[in-house]
Amino acid sequence: MHPITIESVVKSFGERRVLDAISLELRDREVLGLLGPNGAGKSTLVRTIMGRVLPDSGDVRIHGNLARAGDNAARAGVGVVPQEIALYPLLSPRENLLVFGRYYGLAGATLNSAIDKALDWAGLSDRANEPSKTFSGGMKRRLNMAAGVLHKPRVLLLDEPTVGVDPQSRERIYTMIEQLRADGVSLIYTTHYMEEVERLCDRIVIIDHGRVVGTGTKDELVRATIGSQREIVVDFADGTRETRLTDDPGEMLHVLSAAEARGAVVRDVRLKSPSLENVFLHLTGRELRE
Amino acid sequence: MIISIVRAGWMNLRRDRAAMMLSFIVPVVFFSIFATVFGSRGDSGTSKIKLAVADEDHSERSKELIGGLKSESALTIVESPKDGAKFTAATAEEYVRAGNIAVALVVPKGFGESKLSFYSGAEKKGAAFRLFADTSDPIAPRVVGGLLQKVVMTAAPELMMSSGIDAMDRFAGGLTDAQKATLNGNMDSFHKQRVANPNAKSSTADGLVPIEVSDVLGKTKKNPLVAFYAAGIGVMFLLFTASNAGGALLEESESGTLDRILTTRVTLTTLLLGKLAYLWTLGLVQLVVMFVWGAIAFKLELLKHLGGFAIMALATSLTTAAFGLVLASVSRTRAQLGAISTLTVLTISAIGGSMFPRFLMPESFQKAGLVLFNSWAIDGFTNVFWREAPLSALVTPVAVLIGFAIVFFLSARQLTRRWELA
Repeated sequence: MHPITIESVVKSFGERRVLDAISLELRDREVLGLLGPNGAGKSTLVRTIMGRVLPDSGDVRIHGNLARAGDNAARAGVGVVPQEIALYPLLSPRENLLVFGRYYGLAGATLNSAIDKALDWAGLSDRANEPSKTFSGGMKRRLNMAAGVLHKPRVLLLDEPTVGVDPQSRERIYTMIEQLRADGVSLIYTTHYMEEVERLCDRIVIIDHGRVVGTGTKDELVRATIGSQREIVVDFADGTRETRLTDDPGEMLHVLSAAEARGAVVRDVRLKSPSLENVFLHLTGRELRE
Repeated sequence: MIISIVRAGWMNLRRDRAAMMLSFIVPVVFFSIFATVFGSRGDSGTSKIKLAVADEDHSERSKELIGGLKSESALTIVESPKDGAKFTAATAEEYVRAGNIAVALVVPKGFGESKLSFYSGAEKKGAAFRLFADTSDPIAPRVVGGLLQKVVMTAAPELMMSSGIDAMDRFAGGLTDAQKATLNGNMDSFHKQRVANPNAKSSTADGLVPIEVSDVLGKTKKNPLVAFYAAGIGVMFLLFTASNAGGALLEESESGTLDRILTTRVTLTTLLLGKLAYLWTLGLVQLVVMFVWGAIAFKLELLKHLGGFAIMALATSLTTAAFGLVLASVSRTRAQLGAISTLTVLTISAIGGSMFPRFLMPESFQKAGLVLFNSWAIDGFTNVFWREAPLSALVTPVAVLIGFAIVFFLSARQLTRRWELA
């Protein structure tokens, strides 16, 4: 049984269909990247899994068991890290974790031990008693994550956990996620950052307009969309860039000749393997969504 | 540049409905409430003072006096309680003590035979009128006292004449028997003429009628006004605290902590019950702090009324807590909550009696106050600290408050369904 199985879930808000018969599964001990443009339905899907959205049709199963919306008992082994910094700013990290730990049903020595571990995991032990409103964005994000793992969930949903943080904090968050994976936790990881998905995720699901438009590892997605093509990237001295997908690496010479013929000064030229971003744009298009 | 700043200010205000409401609607609403309460709507605006009258004299003159009082436009005379016998001095005093009326007049036995006195001191003659007053309304006894002076003069001017003659007889060297006989004859004829023509005006003087004012409720209190206003102000600030603290629920929704909480073992009903309990304890502590301070700084007799205070504080803070949840769940944003709660709290505080006593209000407002929970709370506290009523007198206000609390909580639960599932 997969930790999470989504079966043909449909959800509309008014006339707008946000989830359009989405099906996917989170496999045991994997990190599943959930990618999609803004408004594609990622957060609604995460909230549906957490039981906060009532689907119009379709099912959510956790370890094979049907988990109806609002049935938190069925989701006892699932944790969530919301996109918002869902914390009490006037409380310290320890106090915040105390509050949420109690809401998860923890108490006494078990709760204190869970708080100590979570603070250590998030690198906040030395700031545990300061008001969290004084923290940087990265520290708040880490505390936000710590509040989601107090009850030692076997499945964790992370909704854009690195939004607005500096590279150092992001690195720390990656390390935290890698520790979770090493501990055998299965994760769904929602983000806009392709490099995060390439670094952290075992498999990727790309969602657009509430539908799954691509599933697989990065290589599988590349093969299924772009195939064996490579990308020629030419940077010109005037700051412009030209890109072209090709099956023939020799075409790079034609590109350079054409540039010389029209008097353009080439500053850099390279041949790239297709990136996840290429796949993403191939599947979702370049049109602005908002 | 200044014009641009002004335009930007107006553009922002136009988009902010809550601020618009606070700026323009709230003042209009309050102006209307105060204007109505203090009476200035045409001829019928001024609220009459209710005066209970016990006639212990049963003489022709006492009846004339009561008739004169009845004809005063500022007074409404009540001669017997609802479905009861005519007032005696004892029942009139009890009527005031029970809070049914602010002032009662006892026309003393022998009034009809007595004479007015132009001089004070031990030689003052005649039985004095007695006024039983509930000085939580400090105006009514003074107005009644003044009107009584006037009515005695106009309704029984021969009394004044008779007193004047007595004074002249004493201080001007004495009247001869013939003069006295003539005067008595004229007095009888004057009385007959006035009875035959009751609308005829006569000149009056003030301050000649002996009146003993008895503060029925406040006389034993160290600081009676504090006892009265502690209830009104206490309940009003409890409302502000509850609405403000209820806003924490909206903050939870806006910050995402509500969503996070609802993914734990906590259900929405449990969360609301928890918030209710928190607001309840907060209100209790606030009332305790306020009344303890009142006891220390203003001689409020808290220890003497500890039981009644505890009962009323528990019931009142429970209901205001539930009301705070309703305000928070009706509102969509903190800004909306600010506008709605300011408007609501000030309005129900004004009508409910926090700002000025309900008995000063027009009859319709006094009745309207009964549908507001805060007026029951204020009445309960007033029963405890002002009227010193037994605890059994709190059964009705406490039952009503608990009823309101249940209705408020169920309403809040219904209104917060929008947070339960998307």
